[in-house]
Amino acid sequence: MDNANTAGRQETAAPAIELRGISKAFGPVQANKDISIRVMPGTIHGIIGENGAGKSTLMSILFGYYKADAGEIFISGQKTQIPDSQAAIAAGIGMVFQHFKLVQNFTVLENVILGAEDGALLNTSLRNARATLRQLAQEYELEVDPDAVIEDLSVGHQQRVEILKALYRQAEILILDEPTGVLTPSEADQLFRILRRLREEGKTIILITHKLREIMDITDTVSVMRRGEMTATVKTSETNPQELAELMVGRKVLLRIEKAPAQPKDVVLEIENLRVIDDAGVERIKGINLNLRAGEVLGIAGVAGNGQSELLEVLGGYQPASGKITMNGQEIDLTGKKSDGQSRRARGIAHVPEDRQSEGLIMDYTAWENVVFGYHGDPRFQSGLFMNNAAIKEDATGKMERFDVRPPNPRLMAKNFSGGNQQKIVVAREIERDPDILLVGQPTRGVDIGAIEFIHKQIIALRDRGKAILLVSVELDEVLSLSDRIAVMFDGQIMGERLPQNTDEREVGLLMAGVTEEAS
Amino acid sequence: MQKMPVWADVILIPLVSLLLAALLSAAVIVGIGEDPQAALKLMISGALGSTYGWGYTLYYATNFIFTGLAVSVAFHAKLFNIGGEGQAMLGGLGVALVALYIPWPHWSFALIGCTIGAALLGAAWAYIPAILQAKRGSHIVITTIMFNFIAFALLNYLLVNVMRPAGSMDPATASFPEATHLPTLHMLLEPLGIKFSKAAPANVSLVFALLAAVFVWLLIWRTRLGYEIRAFGHSESAARYAGINPVRITVIAMMVSGALAGMMSLNTTMGEGERLILNSTEGAGFIGIAVALMGRSHPVGVVVASILFGFLYQGGAELALWTSIPRDLIVVIQALVILFTGALDNMVRMPLERLFLMFGRKEG
Amino acid sequence: MFDVLTDLLTVLDSTMRLSTPLLLACLAGLFSERAGIFDIGLEGKMLAAAFFSAAFAYVTGNVWLGLAAGIGASMLLSLLHGVASITFRGNQLISGVAINFLAAGMTVLIAQSWFKQGGRTPALLSGGRFENITLPFTDALSVVPIIGPFYKEVVSGHTILVYVALMMVPLTWWVLFRTRFGLRLRAVGEAPEAVDTAGVSVIGMRYSAVIICGVLCGIAGAYMATGLQAGFVKDMTAGRGYIALAALIFAKWRPWYALSSCLLFGFLQAVALRPDLIKGYLGFEVQVQLLDALPYILTVVILAGFVGKAIPPRAGGEPYVKER
Repeated sequence: MDNANTAGRQETAAPAIELRGISKAFGPVQANKDISIRVMPGTIHGIIGENGAGKSTLMSILFGYYKADAGEIFISGQKTQIPDSQAAIAAGIGMVFQHFKLVQNFTVLENVILGAEDGALLNTSLRNARATLRQLAQEYELEVDPDAVIEDLSVGHQQRVEILKALYRQAEILILDEPTGVLTPSEADQLFRILRRLREEGKTIILITHKLREIMDITDTVSVMRRGEMTATVKTSETNPQELAELMVGRKVLLRIEKAPAQPKDVVLEIENLRVIDDAGVERIKGINLNLRAGEVLGIAGVAGNGQSELLEVLGGYQPASGKITMNGQEIDLTGKKSDGQSRRARGIAHVPEDRQSEGLIMDYTAWENVVFGYHGDPRFQSGLFMNNAAIKEDATGKMERFDVRPPNPRLMAKNFSGGNQQKIVVAREIERDPDILLVGQPTRGVDIGAIEFIHKQIIALRDRGKAILLVSVELDEVLSLSDRIAVMFDGQIMGERLPQNTDEREVGLLMAGVTEEAS
Repeated sequence: MQKMPVWADVILIPLVSLLLAALLSAAVIVGIGEDPQAALKLMISGALGSTYGWGYTLYYATNFIFTGLAVSVAFHAKLFNIGGEGQAMLGGLGVALVALYIPWPHWSFALIGCTIGAALLGAAWAYIPAILQAKRGSHIVITTIMFNFIAFALLNYLLVNVMRPAGSMDPATASFPEATHLPTLHMLLEPLGIKFSKAAPANVSLVFALLAAVFVWLLIWRTRLGYEIRAFGHSESAARYAGINPVRITVIAMMVSGALAGMMSLNTTMGEGERLILNSTEGAGFIGIAVALMGRSHPVGVVVASILFGFLYQGGAELALWTSIPRDLIVVIQALVILFTGALDNMVRMPLERLFLMFGRKEG
Repeated sequence: MFDVLTDLLTVLDSTMRLSTPLLLACLAGLFSERAGIFDIGLEGKMLAAAFFSAAFAYVTGNVWLGLAAGIGASMLLSLLHGVASITFRGNQLISGVAINFLAAGMTVLIAQSWFKQGGRTPALLSGGRFENITLPFTDALSVVPIIGPFYKEVVSGHTILVYVALMMVPLTWWVLFRTRFGLRLRAVGEAPEAVDTAGVSVIGMRYSAVIICGVLCGIAGAYMATGLQAGFVKDMTAGRGYIALAALIFAKWRPWYALSSCLLFGFLQAVALRPDLIKGYLGFEVQVQLLDALPYILTVVILAGFVGKAIPPRAGGEPYVKER
């Protein structure tokens, strides 16, 4: 992908964008730490990193959505202040967000002119815009019917509207945040054709993605972000997927747990051809098959958003699906008409959900109230017509002690505990049910090291008691160290299964990024 | 981390809101040319200075306890039940049907029968808005307001065309039989040697109201159903995770709410009017909203707030009698309370939170 | 026996007059809700406007000053709703309910304080009221069968605010669908994030909508006290603010449909005033209470989705908070 602009680094040409020392913190979380980048005009620059690496925050700062705590922005060599989106637009920056900012029941034309109208009356604006759109469409192959209503358009076409919006405002710099997450492969190809065309016309493009293949396909340079920092910036032609995967995932001290080898027994869960279609009609799980045995930890690796959440919700009883799932020989209802969270629990499935704040706990409930959440109908906790609060509080005290929840005060509201302790409450609740199957999602997200080790130990102990565990985590180390068997999910499908002792981060990282052996 | 201690949230904020409402009310009184201090003195003596005053204060408070509890129960499920008026009217219908068409031997039996009648019809009137919200997403605020108007029309029709005794010109039913008349506080306290005003309408349904408060407390904080209602109100997503059924909870919470509102008519229709008249609710359903907001949806708060509003009602009646301040001042005060405790909550909360944070940092 | 034409014309004449406050309030609600601010306080604003317009019209003898005062009162309440909903991100429903009570109480209080007539204004005399206007060509057309009397009774002979209300319909349509302001206003109610990222102030747009709502409710209330009737009486709006909301939902938040749905509700109100006609034409008696309740029953049916789907503006009722 050679072109005049990237051939050799011309020190005289000012970078289209330069960021120096950008830092941004949200409370205790340092989303961006001292980030510096230079992007040359007429190139496509990729920013890659896992979820939570800080990419979106950085781009939001560039678009005026947030104000950086420290650092400077230079556009075409000029120092620029970007206090709001108007300033960003004036500086020639256009952003295509991951979640589109379109008015669903307006037409394409109306969305394009919104905020950039020519005067108080619409007729002139619409006429001018129509002409400009036709021009842009021809120049960049961005064909869209200007009178189509957004909600009738395919996602790929909606994205074109977002790009047209930026171009209509004469953006010279285009930022795309995870643009292919909602596109089919052929739509993604079309998008890349458009991006290449834009580059030829001298536009600068920043592509934020977690997909290695895209980076290799289309970018000229790439920066890798990890945990709020920029770990490297290289020319794409001088690197390769393996190296990028390593930079993305990082060389950390692996918390390898001391554990005896697993002794898996019978199959307790059989998943056949599971399909999930979400409320928006998008297929999230595209026909997967999985088996889970008693006495083993099956880890599902993968970047968030590839169907793992839906898998947990189906098993947890609150997402309808099609296909067949059998537990201990009995078929489970997947329609949601004869089953829910309660029936799943009655079968012996416990669930530590991915989001403890909006699912696993009621933040405004006390610790003791949360300790029975989901199991509040258990006869152990009833006394006649009422709930036996004394028994519950006693149970809570015991659990909090055994799981080292601090402070060990059952009367504190859940929102007043640290993340790690909140998680320990959920884990204590679910594990002490002694379930046949434990579903675990992101068990150590936002959790401190001490709690991480504790929770990991508990999961292994449960396994050693002969129970089955399905672990979903975006933290590859966690999956590798805890699991006895790994399945990798990408785009709603299982890319492959591996045994941890026979693989490593690089291989799994490639599967996670959708690169199978055939493609790489 | 906690922004403010619990006591501040539960007591300080409502208190500050109340203070603001009171200050504005005083300003209004000044604005119409009266003296707020004198007005306050008159209200206190008129509402609390005699057993007659207390009798009326407690009578009104009884109404507000029922309607306040009704709104509170729905609030716990994050449902805004504005239909208390209509549900109370249907409750009155229930009372009338039970009292008029069943021969009761003694008021205690009649009271139980009427309670069931009132609760059933009140709950039934809340059912349709509830199911429409749960299953079709129809906004419960508008549907319950509409059902208030429909209830009025329905009662109008029944009282004028169906249940009015021949020869009477009032849109009202016949008087209830003697056996259904409830003893007033005067009658209840006399054997204990306590002299209580004979003319005041406060009656035994006050006891029922307090029992209802206990019942609501037990239901919401001590039963499985209450646990589920509160959980659903806090987080519908978490409720789904735990297998709590949103439709079931919405309907049950609203029906309990409607039943409580319906029971208000035990006080007015059975206790005081002793027949069903057209506008027996007189806005109590709406005051229930103010009471629930002020009392933070907790039975103790509701009872306290109800007594306060009972005081305002009776005090307002006295003011209307002796000064040129119309009874509608109460409506203004009610509006200000709802405004400050409900809509402008953040206006009070945010500066207080900042104050607490400042002090917290100084000490920390 | 019954002169069909005369009866029809009488009812239609009433329909025009009764629909006017509904139409104005409905359009007021339309602007507010299209921008995403849920407003159940239309009733309170109308009531406040009714009182202040009557009061000022009486005191000054000038109905136009009264109109201005009414609009001013309504706008004040609108701004209160705006501050609570937009700036303090409070619960819009509670705010609306509070404003209704505030207006109900304050109007009577002030009326009593100023006029000492038990919470009402004195009856308005000729300078303080809007008079009926006879449109041109009335006499010339009156000889034409059907059209003549129709023109004379139904079209001509109303007070000016009736015609203002009618003109508001195409004006509203034009503002919403043919101007930049209208485009942005509609966008703010559907997808405020789209407006925000385009560099337009969501707060500014929403306050504008709220103020327009105040003006229209002001005219509606003023009409009631100075055009429809001659003075203010306690609770005179009698639920019209809620009926206007129902009409708005029935009209699926569109100006021309709002005209027809308000005419429908107005017609129901006009017919409810003439139970004798119903008995004469339909042969049986329809209970007046049922007629009174029809608008409300109709609203519930609409909300339940039985008369087609009424989809409110997508971002309605929720304060706008930037997504993290």
